[in-house]
Parts: sequence; structure tokens; C-alpha cells
Amino acid sequence: MVKVQRIMLDILKPHSPNGLEFSIQLAEKCSGCRFNFKVLEVDEKTETVIIIVESESIPYDDVFDAITSMGGSIHSIDEVDVIGVDNSESLSTQTND
Amino acid sequence: MIKQFQLLFSISRSNLIARRYFVVNGFDGALTMLGLLMGFYVSNDDVVLHMVITACMSAAIALSVSGISSAYISESAEKKQELKELEGAMIADLQDSAYGQAARFMPFIIAVVNGLAPLIFALIIMTPLWLAQCQPELITYPIETSVVVAFILIFFLGVFIGNISNSFWLWAGVRALLIALITSLFIFLISLI
Repeated sequence: MVKVQRIMLDILKPHSPNGLEFSIQLAEKCSGCRFNFKVLEVDEKTETVIIIVESESIPYDDVFDAITSMGGSIHSIDEVDVIGVDNSESLSTQTND
Repeated sequence: MIKQFQLLFSISRSNLIARRYFVVNGFDGALTMLGLLMGFYVSNDDVVLHMVITACMSAAIALSVSGISSAYISESAEKKQELKELEGAMIADLQDSAYGQAARFMPFIIAVVNGLAPLIFALIIMTPLWLAQCQPELITYPIETSVVVAFILIFFLGVFIGNISNSFWLWAGVRALLIALITSLFIFLISLI
């Protein structure tokens, strides 16, 4: 089993919703994730931003849907932290719990 | 659901547009009613109350339908154009995004606000006329009372505009009232010719 714990996304988005609204919407749709929002470049109608997502296990599809539903477009995945979890270890942890 | 509405309003700035339409068309409706009522008031013939109500109601409905249709046509064209420009800038199809939803849905909301504003204002102004028709002993001078209601509404509309622009509420209200008074004066002068 593999867990994605950190992703850095390069995104092109319209000016609205602004950074705060955009991040709040993302956080509401992907609970348990931590979002860091940074504007890199501002154009007439769009802005290029870097969003760093951190979590124990990032639901990438939910993050992708939330970004595209607000008009954002993911240009590239610039950095990824992935952890491999041993299935037996995971099972024993669950049993101990 | 409510949050989605808030998002659609926010990204399309429709709350500001709807507020502007509400004020503009509400003022239109109130002033039209005032004009009609002043017309009946200054005409020397005996006016039948039923006729006044029918004329005012017809004008209110016409204003409402005109408000809905004109706002829908202009806003949907405007939003489609905005979406097309944004899609060009994003080099992406935004039809399924909140922008696409806002472009399809918000013109309806704005049209309803634009259409309902004059209707609501007209119905409030016409209330004394209806009351007088149902209970004649309740209101002795229905047209005059409706004119006063129209002046009061226009004053409060001015106050509302003043609040939006952060200017002194009393001056904003008096300014709107002055416009209504000048309109009434014109109608009164025309009746003398």
C-alpha cells in the first residue's frame, strides 16, 4: 500500500476565488489535509500559484476535483512525497487499535 | 448547497450586480407608480379606484416582465462572453467548473431580482388603493396615501443607496426624494397646460 503524504502542484487559476477562498474551499472538500498557497505570477485574468498539500494520506482525486471545480487547471506536479506501507504492518496496527 | 451558492455569487460578482439591478429597477418601479398616481391625481375627471388599480398593476407587471427578460438576455450574453474570455486565458474548458455553472445559473437569479424589484415596490405603493377598495372607510384619500407611500419608499431607497456608497444617509434619502418631487412637479405643470 502506498500513501501520498505531500504534493506540490503548479496551478493556473482565475483571480476569483482569491487565495483565501480557494484554500478554504480546498480544505472543506479534503478534510485532514493541510494546504499551503503561494502566488507565483499574476496575469490579466489568471494567476499561477503553487499549492503544497500535506496529509497522512492525500486523496488526490478529491484535491484534483476541488481545484478543477473552481476553474483551476493543474499544470504540473512538481514535488511528491510518497510512503510505502507494509500491508501486514498496517493490519497489525489496525488490530492493536 | 449554500456554500456552493456563495461561491457562485463570489466568482461571478453577481451579488453586486443583483444589488445594482434591485436599486435601479426598484427606483424605476417606484417612480413609474408615482407618475401614474400623480397623473390620476391631477386629472380633473372623477377617477374610478378600480381603474387606478388596474392601470398601476398593468404597469407593474409590464415593468416586471421587462425587467426579467431584459436582464436575462443581457446578463446571459455578458456571462457567456466573460466565460469565453476566461477559457481563452486559461486555455481550458470551464463549462463543468463553478465558472460554467455561474454563467448558466446566475443570469436567472439576476433576472428574477431585476423583475421582482419593481413589482414589489409597486405592490407596496398600491397597498392603500387595495385597502380603500376593500374597506372604503379605512382610507379616505387612497391616491394621495399611495403617493405618500411612494415618497417614503423612494426616500428609503435613497437611504439604501447612501449606505452602499458610504455617504450620509439623510442626504442620500433627501436627494432621491427631490427627484421624486421634481417628477411630480413636472406632471403637475403638464396638467396645467
